[in-house]
Amino acid sequence: MPVSLSNSKLIHEALKECDVRLVSALPETWLVHLIRLTEEDPGMQLVRLAKEEEAVGISAGAYFAGVKSAMLMQNHGFLAAINGIVSFAHLYKIPLLMLISYRGSFGERDPWQTQGGNVTEPLLRALGIPYFFLDGEGTVKKRIRQAQTLAESSLQPVAVLLTRDLMWEE
Amino acid sequence: MLRLDCLRSVYAELEHCLVVTIMGAVAAELHSLGHRPNFFYLQHAMGLASSTGLGLALCLPDQTVIVFDGDGSLLMNLGSLSTMARYRPANLVHVVFDNESLLSVGGFPTATSTGTDLEGIARSAGIPNAVTVRSVESFKAAVGDAVDRKQLTTIVAKVEAQGPSGYVTDLALLENRFQFRRYIQSLKKS
Repeated sequence: MPVSLSNSKLIHEALKECDVRLVSALPETWLVHLIRLTEEDPGMQLVRLAKEEEAVGISAGAYFAGVKSAMLMQNHGFLAAINGIVSFAHLYKIPLLMLISYRGSFGERDPWQTQGGNVTEPLLRALGIPYFFLDGEGTVKKRIRQAQTLAESSLQPVAVLLTRDLMWEE
Repeated sequence: MLRLDCLRSVYAELEHCLVVTIMGAVAAELHSLGHRPNFFYLQHAMGLASSTGLGLALCLPDQTVIVFDGDGSLLMNLGSLSTMARYRPANLVHVVFDNESLLSVGGFPTATSTGTDLEGIARSAGIPNAVTVRSVESFKAAVGDAVDRKQLTTIVAKVEAQGPSGYVTDLALLENRFQFRRYIQSLKKS
């Protein structure tokens, strides 16, 4: 499976350097290494979800507890989490660090991913969620750190879009 | 059995717990008994009170976390039962007030009114201890037992579909949220 192990490791290290201790996730192809690295890391609690919206509540609980967390999800999972994002994270000013695999964009071969790819950025903009792309290994750590910093200072959800260029080795 | 009487029966014990409620009647009734800084009322995001309790319980294993959920909210996030069961924090007590109704929007019947059994769903999801109670005395005993036994518990409390006349309190949502977090951070320092 040509999911980039080296870049998954970079993202994992970036989260550790941000002191992220809890990571919630719903598996998808691009995230397999990242989820495994989280599970094998004794310094991180992995919470495997049934549906991505749960992650909003779990991360809010972690935030109240003073524990930094991150959410791993596909962009379709982001769509499934939107009510929680609006009616919990936005309503109560809860910082969320959302790492979203950006399926359905240029280069996508799976027809079923393509509609979600079309609406990901328009929805992020409509929701007023700041977002940035992770598209090259040189900037992974810096951008994740910046996203975490903005989430904490602005008390709001921030999205980092994991792109094909970073996650997939063809 | 009235939800307010259930809440009143355990109110004293809540002083040293972290409490998360759903919106509507549960929040308004607990608030009416006397707000405390360790109470967080999730005034929307239906379904996520249990997820919030799970996050708190996993991150604060030395604190007892009590979630006051409802049938309508839990039915919107049944997957939460499987996630709670998967990690089964021993310090989490999940109370579900089941009035078989979406009371705050006009009393529309939920699926528990036609036979859906939340205790059975919780047990089958893997919640290690799941019970249904129908009296205030058994409710109080079940909550006390759940706290003492240190095992993830779902308590389904069958209550009347009655609530307060209004749901808005004088506690602003953000005030509640900042106070709740500050309270938890103060526990760590003490």
